Amino acid sequence: MKKTVYLTRKAEFSASHVYHNPTLSAEENRAVFGKCNNPHGHGHNYVLEVTVKGEVDPRTGFVLDLKQLKDVLHREVLEAFDHRHLNLEVPEFKNQIPTTENIAIAIWKRVAPKLKVASLHRVRVFETPDLFVDFYGEE
Amino acid sequence: MKAYLTRRYRFSAAHRLHNESMSERENRATYGKCNNPYGHGHNYALEVTVSGQVDGRTGMVCNLEDLDGVVEREVLERFDHSNLNCLPEFAREIPTTENLCVQIYDLLRQNFVLAQVENVRLEETMMNSFEYGGGDVRH
Repeated sequence: MKKTVYLTRKAEFSASHVYHNPTLSAEENRAVFGKCNNPHGHGHNYVLEVTVKGEVDPRTGFVLDLKQLKDVLHREVLEAFDHRHLNLEVPEFKNQIPTTENIAIAIWKRVAPKLKVASLHRVRVFETPDLFVDFYGEE
Repeated sequence: MKAYLTRRYRFSAAHRLHNESMSERENRATYGKCNNPYGHGHNYALEVTVSGQVDGRTGMVCNLEDLDGVVEREVLERFDHSNLNCLPEFAREIPTTENLCVQIYDLLRQNFVLAQVENVRLEETMMNSFEYGGGDVRH
């Protein structure tokens, strides 16, 4: 039987954003996005959990080297997102609303191609401790 | 009616990640600080998920005391305040948290028969966790 183990690494970043769809009227934006539409934006301490899966390498006992995963998250996600205004500074959100859903998808697209040994299983993004989104890749 | 029940436990143990068949340099490159010669320790948090039909008479999947008893005897007594490298379980395996997670799953599958052991999740630190549910099937 294959010993597939799932490994989850957490990371944190803080960022600001605003929810605004330019194709909607001011009134519609307010109705859809509520406080998140406040014009000067607002911020969150996001918590990211990235889960990878793979077989345990009998030589090392690892699914993958955690340090490499940490480096990928740092380089691909934290450097781009941490202490940034997502709408203004992260290219994915130039034409897309930086909802937690879209953030999770963007992180998946950044991280998945960089993993060599294990494969990405899930990206979980907590916007607040009470709200999180899971993305498992394209169905 | 099938339900899933998860119970959380804690134990503390020391380990050192070191593969005798690798050179000193390779060990250092693979395991980094975890290869420090005298070992180090963690406070592990263990989550055991079991499933089963809800008993019409008791309203329970299984009696938590029974689960606690088996986890105490098979896992906590074996691993708590131990040096994992010195245990027979790790005589031929590196005590990574991947391997520890698989061992705990196997021990509970063999010894807890009052409900189906579905998944074992092991937190090594607040930032890392590992999961094993047997083979390639995720429940």
